[in-house]
Order: sequence, then structure tokens, then C-alpha cells
Amino acid sequence: MRVALMVTCVNDAMFPDTGKAVVTLLRRLGVDVEFPEAQTCCSQPMVNTGYLDEAVPVVRTWVEAFSGYDAVVTPSGSCAGTCRHQHGIVARRSGDAGLVEAVAQTGPRVHELSEFLVDVLGVTDVGAYFPHQVTYHPTCHSLRMLGVGDRPRRLLEAVRGLRLVDLPSAAECCGFGGTFAMKNADTSVAMGSDKARHVRETGAEVLVAGDNSCLMHIGGVLSRQQAGVRVMHLAEILAATETDTTEPSAMLGKGVAT
Amino acid sequence: MSATFVGMPAFPEAARAALADPQLRHNLAHATDTIRRKRASVVAEIPEWEELRLVGAAVKDSALRSLDTHLVELEERLVANGAVVHWARDAAEACAIVAEVATRHSAEEVVKVKSMVTQEIGLNEALAAQGIAAWETDLAELIVQLGDDLPSHILVPAIHRNRAEIREIFRTKMAAAGRPAPDDLTDDPAALAGAAREHLREKFLRAKVAVSGANFAVAETGTLVVVESEGNGRMCLTLPDVLVSVVGIEKVLPTWESLDPMMRLLPRSSTGERMNPYTSTWSGVTPGDGPQEVHVVLLDNGRTNALADDVGRQALRCIRCSACLNVCPVYERTGGHAYGSVYPGPIGAILNPLLKGTGVDEQTDSLPYASSLCGACFEACPVRIDIPEVLVHLRTKVVDSHRGDRVLKPEAVAMKAAAFAFSDARRLALAERASGLAGRVIGRWGKTRLPGGRPAAGRIPGPGAAWTSARDMPAPPKESFRAWWKRTSGGRS
Repeated sequence: MRVALMVTCVNDAMFPDTGKAVVTLLRRLGVDVEFPEAQTCCSQPMVNTGYLDEAVPVVRTWVEAFSGYDAVVTPSGSCAGTCRHQHGIVARRSGDAGLVEAVAQTGPRVHELSEFLVDVLGVTDVGAYFPHQVTYHPTCHSLRMLGVGDRPRRLLEAVRGLRLVDLPSAAECCGFGGTFAMKNADTSVAMGSDKARHVRETGAEVLVAGDNSCLMHIGGVLSRQQAGVRVMHLAEILAATETDTTEPSAMLGKGVAT
Repeated sequence: MSATFVGMPAFPEAARAALADPQLRHNLAHATDTIRRKRASVVAEIPEWEELRLVGAAVKDSALRSLDTHLVELEERLVANGAVVHWARDAAEACAIVAEVATRHSAEEVVKVKSMVTQEIGLNEALAAQGIAAWETDLAELIVQLGDDLPSHILVPAIHRNRAEIREIFRTKMAAAGRPAPDDLTDDPAALAGAAREHLREKFLRAKVAVSGANFAVAETGTLVVVESEGNGRMCLTLPDVLVSVVGIEKVLPTWESLDPMMRLLPRSSTGERMNPYTSTWSGVTPGDGPQEVHVVLLDNGRTNALADDVGRQALRCIRCSACLNVCPVYERTGGHAYGSVYPGPIGAILNPLLKGTGVDEQTDSLPYASSLCGACFEACPVRIDIPEVLVHLRTKVVDSHRGDRVLKPEAVAMKAAAFAFSDARRLALAERASGLAGRVIGRWGKTRLPGGRPAAGRIPGPGAAWTSARDMPAPPKESFRAWWKRTSGGRS
């Protein structure tokens, strides 16, 4: 099985540790994941802001990068949702029957990380160790667009040392919403501040989710509040082991400007 | 009502004012949370709820597919039952028809059943211009009307008011509109409802003409249906001699049988009740019983435009339950006024642009962007309107309407630049190298650190302020993932 990592533009440019964590995790589980270097972005920023013509060349690039793989795994529920549910809209806009066919072929092979682990590899215990109190935010697109259900929870519950605390009003949107966070910044922040309040109510040290874009937003609010709660992608927690400790404080320096 | 939505600013600006209103935020959070819980508990009682939603969507879709034949059948049945049927292309035509009926009966006032469509067409204002007072008789609509206010929710239009405010409105405004509030009126809900009941009863008994909308119009029997909770609708529909009902053409259902799934879906989704207290149905005139002159105004007002939109037409399935408002995290914080329309919330964000058209005014064009696309509305909608799908579709229409502009908006320039970078991995790598340099600068000179220690940008001016005025922004890493993969052969060296 040829497996490609779709790291996503946000992770590529802003959160490379998440991509590295996926590579570490999948190799540990025996998957020799490839990184198609032609990849860029899934086109979601353009599609969800209404710029369909601009999305067409991005989706073409996406198809060139990922066609031919048996599975595409991505640490983002939102980007997986765009590939599976929105590429068809872009392809139809292009009027190119070949592109319509290509996205129909490749789209269904895209799996969000927790789906890939649970459904394709059939594992919930990935051998991770993370001795911290953690709360989990199910991001909207992973929850309602993809329907990942309790897969991330099952993965987290199997992590040794991890104490999972329920997040109040977990299913409510954090207010990121892509360009919504900029175009309607006030409303976005109002939603984010309520989400941050719920996170603080849990007493957790770490907020985990499957989308770094949402975490960048909630984490940005928590940071401004000096809340002392850090955000981490699910992949980074699942990649941590006794020998390769992903301590919240130790993990940070890696690959990050200092 | 003297207040008007006309001239409201675009959503982001209107929302800013609403977000800064602590009373509004408190009332909305409490009210939407309560109604969400009620809805969730009664929906959970129906094991086949998801199938029922599919049936509801299918019934409305089939009705809309053959709207032309169903409407003609509805007209034929209504006429055969003794009703007078009028067709109105737009708000002005519909208002003129209602005013003409009232004037012909020398009516100086009409009593009204709560109705979204008559608000959509601005009927009260149109009647006022002809010297006819239109009295709202739904308790919350009465509060809104007496307070010279605007509705902020489809089902509970005074959701933004608390009982102290309502007492004050009743004490100061009721006398000018009829029977005054008692001198010893308290803010006890039962006392407030009692004052409204006394006040309204006089109007019910006095009025010669009533105006209503309809929740459904059954074509095969020529029957209009009104679903309500307070009994004020029943009073209006049975006491006056003349009844005029304004009905959007999308309200038609083919058969009596097709009403069944709707009546199961609507109350649970709307008020969170298994069944609503009052359901009134009437098929034209019944001699010696109820109104003896019955008019039905079938209204387009943009609905055929919506019907012509292959993605947007699903919005015409809407049964005005307001479940999408109650679950919407944006609505919960901004309230309804920010949407600048009688149709607020997620459904308003798609219905207004569909009815009014995109690329016409900035306020309407701002509505499809008034959503984080979280999808809670689609999940709650009893007739499965995929609101996020329609929002994205309408955003595309808004953008397309500006493609011919001579000066591009900054956002359009940014999107074109992003598309250029994202169309070729080598270009993206160059952009990432530049952002890595910015990251080094922030890391060296910036003082902000995220919990855990990662360098971050604090408040930055200019375009960055939209993000950083309330949120720290992680500094870009010095090395992108793709650069790391290349440098280390995928971490192997």
C-alpha cells in the first residue's frame, strides 16, 4: 500500500512538528509514508471564501501530487473534508471533465489521521505515552463534515499516562472558521473566548485537537489570557513514547524559531 | 413598528455593536441554551428522527419540483371553497392587496397572527401609511411592536428582552395602543402575560379584519394551516368577519398526507414541544362559522429567483422552525438584529441573498460570510437544508459579482496571490522561506511566548490586527516541513 502524507499548507508553513509527528507515528506502526513534494494546499481558503476560479489551479496541483496513491493521510479534519466534499465543486467549475474524474478518484482515498489509524490500520493503541492531563476539542469539520465520531477519543484513551478530561460544550465551534476569523474577527474572538473559558474549566494542561488551524485560534486566545494551557495536535501526543518523550515544555523548541 | 432594518450596516459592523451589549449576550446565551436542551430531549424521543428528516426534505422537494401545478390546484380548491385568491409578485403588490381589502371594509385596524412573511413585506408599515393600525397579537411580537423595536428571532422575536424591560415597555407604551397595563404590574411572567391578555382581548373582540400568514397550504384540499402556541392565532382566525392570509408560494404541500411528517418535525424543532398547543386549519369559507370573507395572497417576492438557483433552492424547504438559530454559535453571540433582516441566523444568511440577489448591496452580501461553517445548522435542520453548502455557494456568487470590478478588493488580490503560490510547490517553498525569516525576527526580538515557550507575535498593527488584537500568533518556524523533509531525506539522515 502506497501511503502519501498530505501535511497541509498550515502545518507545512506553521506547524512542521505535527507533520514530523505523523511520520514518526506511522513509521512506528509500520507504514512507510511518502511525502509528495509537489503538494501545496487543498484549496479550502479559496473555496470557502468564494474564490472558485482561484481554487482550480490549486486543485490541479493537488491531483498531480496525490493521484496514484492508495491512501492519503492528513492531520486535518478540515482539509480532508475539502478533498472529499468540495473538490468536486471546484472541478465542475473548471469545466474539465478530466479534473472532475480525477478528484472523484482520489478524493475518497483521503483519510483524516484518526480515521486512517482506526479504520485503515485498525489500531487504537498506538503505543503512545503522555503523562499529562488533557482535554479534547472535536473540530467542526472532523465532527460534522467527516463524522470521525469517537475515534480520536479512543486513540487518546489508549495513551498510557494520559488523563482525559471532558470539555464542556465540546461540540460547539471555537470560532476559527478560516477567513471568518479575519472577516468577522469580533464574533470569532467572542466564540474563542467562550471556548477558552471551557478549556480552563477542565483544569487540563493541554488542549488537543485534530486541526492546528482551530488550535492556533484557541491557543492564541489562551496565550493572550496567560491561561497557562498549551495546545497540541493529536498527532504529537500519539507520537510521544517513554523513550521519545514529547513533554509539553521539551517539544516546543524543535524546529521553531528561537 | 416604527423601527426598520433598512440602512443597517454590514454584518461585521452590526455584530460588533451587538457583541458589546452584555444584556443581549446574557439573554441570548440563556435562551438559546434552554431551547437547545428542550429540542435535543424531544428529538431524542423519536428513534426514526433521521428518517423523518429525509421524508420532510423529500416532501418539500417534491412540492417545489411541481410548484406550478400544485399552486394552480391550490387556487382552484380555494376558489371552489369560497375564498378569493390573489397573486402578488412582490411586497408592494401584496401590501396593496391587503390594504385594499381592509379599506373596502372601512377598517381602521387589523389584528395579526404572528407571521414572518408579513414582516418580510413590511405590511404593518404599508398599512400604517394608509391609516390602518396593524396590531400584533403574539405576546413577543406585541412586546416588539410596543417597544418600537425589531424582531431578533424567528420564533421568539423578543428573545433579546428580559422581563424587567418588558414590564417597562408595557407600563409606558400599552396605554397609547389600547387598554393600559395595570398600575401594580410586576415583572412576574404570569402578571406580564395577564396584562397582555387583557390588552389583546379588547382588540380581538373589536377587530373586523384579521391578517395571517400560513405555515402550510395543502393543495388537494385548499387548506391553510397555522401552527401556534398562545391561542392568539385561533382568536384572529375565527373572530373577525374578514381574514386575509399572505402565503409564500413555497408553503404549498401537495396532499393532506404530506402534512403529517411536517407536523411531527415542526413543533419538536421549533419550540421543543412534542406537539404545539394550537393548530388551526381552514379551507375557504364555512357558512355561519368563522370569517365569512376569506382572502389568500400567494406571494413570490424573490422565491422564484431562489427556485432557479440549483444549489440555493433547498432553502425553500424551510419551515421557519428556527432550530438553526438556536444552535448557531454566531447567532447566540450576535443576536438577530445584526443580520439586518426579519430572517436572521443561518437561514437568514442564505435566504436573504437568495430572495434579494447577490452583488446588489453590501449588507446582503455580508450575510453568507456571517458563519464559521461549523455545520451545526445543517445537523439541526428538520428538512435537511445543507446551509453550509449554500453559504459557500453564495460566497462564490458574491465574489463572481465583483469579477468585473476595475479595482480589486484587497481580499481578491490576496486570494489571487495565494492561488499563485499554491499552484506550484517551488513557489510555496520560497514563500515559506520568507515566513521563516519573519519567524526568526519575531523569535529574536519579540517578547511574547505561547504557553510552553514557542515565540509568538503579540499585538501587531495593520492587517495583522484583525488576528492579533485578541489572539497571539505563533511565530513561523525557521524551517518548513517541506524544507525539513528535503534536508533530512524525510528524517532518515
